[in-house]
Amino acid sequence: MSILSVRNVNKNFGGLKALDAVNLDVEAGTVHAIIGPNGAGKSTLLNCFVGRLEPDTGSVTFDGKSLLGIQPHEINQLGVSRVFQTPEIFGDLSLLENVMIPAFAKRDGAFKMNAWHEVAEENDIHALAMEMLADVALDGKAHDTAAQLSRGDKRRLELAMCLVQNPKLLLLDEPTAGMARADTNNTIDLMKTIAGRGVTMVVIEHDMHVVFSLADKISVLAQGTVIAEDLPENIKGDPRVQEAYLGGAQL
Amino acid sequence: MSFFKTQPKDLILLLCFAVVVLLAPILFAPIGAGYPDLLQKFAIFGIFALGFNILFGLTGYLSFGHAAFLGVGSYSAVWTFKLLSMNPLPAIIFATLVGGLFSALIGFISLRRTGIYFSILTLAFAQMSYNMAYSVLTPITNGETGLQLVQSDPRVLDVAFGRDYGAVLPSSDLFGIGMTGYPGYYFCGFMLILCFFLTLRIFRSPFGMMLRAVKSNQNRMNYTGLNTKPYALAAFVISGMYAGLAGGLLAVTDPLAGAERMQWTASGEVVLMTILGGSGTLLGPVIGAGAIKYFENIFSAFNDQILAQVYSFLPEILQQIMVAISSLFVGEGWHLTLGALFMIIVIFLPGGLMEGFKRLRNLISGKFGGGNGSGRATAPAE
Amino acid sequence: MDAIALQVLNGLDKGGAYALIALGLTIIFGTLGVVNFAHGALFMLGAFCAVSVKALLSLEAVTLDPNKLTAWGTPMEIRVPYVETWFGEFGATLLNYSVPVSILVAIPMMLILGIAMERGLIRFFYKRPHAEQILVTFGLAIVLQEIIKGIFGANPIPQPAPEVAKGMIDFGILVGFDAGNVVYPAWRLIYFLFSVAIIGAVFSFLRFTSFGMVVRAGMADRETVGLLGIDIDRRFTIVFGIAAVVAGLAGAMYTPILSPDYHMGMDFLVLSFVVVVVGGMGSLGGAVAAGFLLGILQSFASMNEVKNILPGIDQIIIYLIAVVVLLVRPRGLMGRKGMMEH
Repeated sequence: MSILSVRNVNKNFGGLKALDAVNLDVEAGTVHAIIGPNGAGKSTLLNCFVGRLEPDTGSVTFDGKSLLGIQPHEINQLGVSRVFQTPEIFGDLSLLENVMIPAFAKRDGAFKMNAWHEVAEENDIHALAMEMLADVALDGKAHDTAAQLSRGDKRRLELAMCLVQNPKLLLLDEPTAGMARADTNNTIDLMKTIAGRGVTMVVIEHDMHVVFSLADKISVLAQGTVIAEDLPENIKGDPRVQEAYLGGAQL
Repeated sequence: MSFFKTQPKDLILLLCFAVVVLLAPILFAPIGAGYPDLLQKFAIFGIFALGFNILFGLTGYLSFGHAAFLGVGSYSAVWTFKLLSMNPLPAIIFATLVGGLFSALIGFISLRRTGIYFSILTLAFAQMSYNMAYSVLTPITNGETGLQLVQSDPRVLDVAFGRDYGAVLPSSDLFGIGMTGYPGYYFCGFMLILCFFLTLRIFRSPFGMMLRAVKSNQNRMNYTGLNTKPYALAAFVISGMYAGLAGGLLAVTDPLAGAERMQWTASGEVVLMTILGGSGTLLGPVIGAGAIKYFENIFSAFNDQILAQVYSFLPEILQQIMVAISSLFVGEGWHLTLGALFMIIVIFLPGGLMEGFKRLRNLISGKFGGGNGSGRATAPAE
Repeated sequence: MDAIALQVLNGLDKGGAYALIALGLTIIFGTLGVVNFAHGALFMLGAFCAVSVKALLSLEAVTLDPNKLTAWGTPMEIRVPYVETWFGEFGATLLNYSVPVSILVAIPMMLILGIAMERGLIRFFYKRPHAEQILVTFGLAIVLQEIIKGIFGANPIPQPAPEVAKGMIDFGILVGFDAGNVVYPAWRLIYFLFSVAIIGAVFSFLRFTSFGMVVRAGMADRETVGLLGIDIDRRFTIVFGIAAVVAGLAGAMYTPILSPDYHMGMDFLVLSFVVVVVGGMGSLGGAVAAGFLLGILQSFASMNEVKNILPGIDQIIIYLIAVVVLLVRPRGLMGRKGMMEH
């Protein structure tokens, strides 16, 4: 069953065609990777899923509901979480608070005037947040300020912030960008664990090692259009992909 | 009621705070501040700054127009005195509500923008209110003279309960207790304790955590499924209500209201109180408000004769020079001191006095190899 | 028609002052990334340059004339300004033209002040949050205005325009209306022309000099310019100095229209910020256009015909427009995407 379906999406930036009649289907419970050369429109496409950009034409449907014309927070409330290329976290707050906030958002909705309750009474949320921090091996730093973390730790924190919401769809924009090899491997393991729980993921990635370790299916984007969509082993040998992506070199 | 669920360390903090407020006339006597007029100001501006801090300290939205809500609160309170009753309770309730309504209106528009746009919009709204109070709204505000009580005011509730003030101009009283002097201070002080408790609860609540998230990263909040706008607006309205209450209390202790309370300088003053004490901290704004009102009181009282006495140990020429220089900063020139203080704090101690205390404590505990110093009830929100 | 023309003219001088201050604010914000709440104070300091020049030129030698007696029988005091004793006719002319002459003093004074401000304070705040920039410059604005109050007192000090410009110009005749319908104080017309000249000078400086190119590039993309290996620091200082001079000149020349007092800076600052917001943060053209537009609208709102329908509208028109513009076009009339969005 397709959980995210993109139909004929077009996006122009002042005459420049960023997305050209893109069609995409993400099956529930799979990891779907989107690859392509720089400027192929990968991030633009992802931004169309989360309400940051509005396509000029076409439709984006998630779980039977259109994602167009609604605010980012409403899209998240439908069950879509996103990890950014540069980790977006609450730098001034502790790690624990960073993970509790999305948990509250999941439980209480987009706004709740919860001013009389004490955070200290919220044992369930606290336990859940600690569990998620443990999942990404950050529970030892739960009371540190998030801004002090290394880049890799920030990424893991952001992942925990998404996972605590138990999303139906997790979008990851180059989750291993700028990471050392060891960190990358840790992240791959972590994402495999997440995928094992049945979370649907859409991953944009440059690192082919990451892509082929994780993806159930790969879409190749070039010049704003999907030139191939197939299983990883088939993508590897697809001459169109090699042409567009690597100018003919072997993957 | 989850009053008793307040964390023990917070209860202790609240208790200490209440004790200081209640014993203030004795505690502050040694520094010459143990008299009711000044203590009332401490309490009232403490409330004002506490509220402002909920907006600025937690969400990071810097409003330059909060004096407008204070002014509106004063006008509302005086009108309640005139129309309903000289009892302060309806007056402060009405002042708080009107402050809240007015801030909801202004906040709704101003919060469509963030950053400096927001600051400028609030400043513009406050100046607009100030201008209107002097012009179009004269029937309500009584223009430059200021809104005052007159003997012929209707005071329907007082009349209904058979309360007759005779031929004298009435002053506010709580069921027979006059609101000047110490009773007036204790009335304001009680309100301060109440506001402090409310602020404490907001700080410790999920709502307060969300407000700090607004300051930290609005983008992440949106992608986390949270709508930042209502959070910011709620904080704005709450701080507007605190300001309205403070304005109402000003009218309770001295039943007149003038537009000068709404000027941008007054808005700037509450910003200074908050950052001087430490924005985002619980106690900081109250300390900042007290410090500013205390020094204002001292500095404004200075004149050239007193200065000459202060410098009397110097040779005459030096004495004259020092008097000339110092007189710029005192009396009428108190605002110069205020401006300079503003700059010094922002440049050297953006975290305010609370940050200073914390550094001092870390220095001391560091020297003696003491504990980690975290988990103090007064630890700043950052 | 005549009435409309008159109101447009009436708005031009005030609009010119708004535009000049807003221009400086925009340049400083665009290149240095600093929100300068002390910019109104620079306008005020410029005005007090004119006051000081006038005061210096008016220093008088007092002599007693024993042949003439006052009503009380004491010898008549004869006061002659030193400049007249020393330079005769030229001295008198100098005194008469004290406001335009003060420009010569205001330019170096404001340049020094601006550079001192940037070197001594502003540059430490490039990397600090906008809120702190606002707060520290706000404090500086208070300090500057209180110093002026300490020196010159709290009351407005009238500054006369030169004799030739004191009269009225029948502007209507020039453009074909009946005589006497559109008469306009000459100095205000001069001020308008002056502000246009300064705006023109600033724009051509930005467009035709290589220094100006760097400034414009900096406004478009500050980070990239920083990467080009250009000595940004020194240029920032000069940019700030220029903006200070522009604000100072605007203030000095405005003194015959509005007698300067210590708080005129803050009054104009609030309005100029509104102008910047309406014009669109970061847009130089927007700042100028919005400055004149709001000046003219404000003068229309002060017409009795309008005030009778909407009492008090003249007091709040500018703020109302700002609110409407921000609601309808959040980036302002000519604002660019991305300016101050984060």
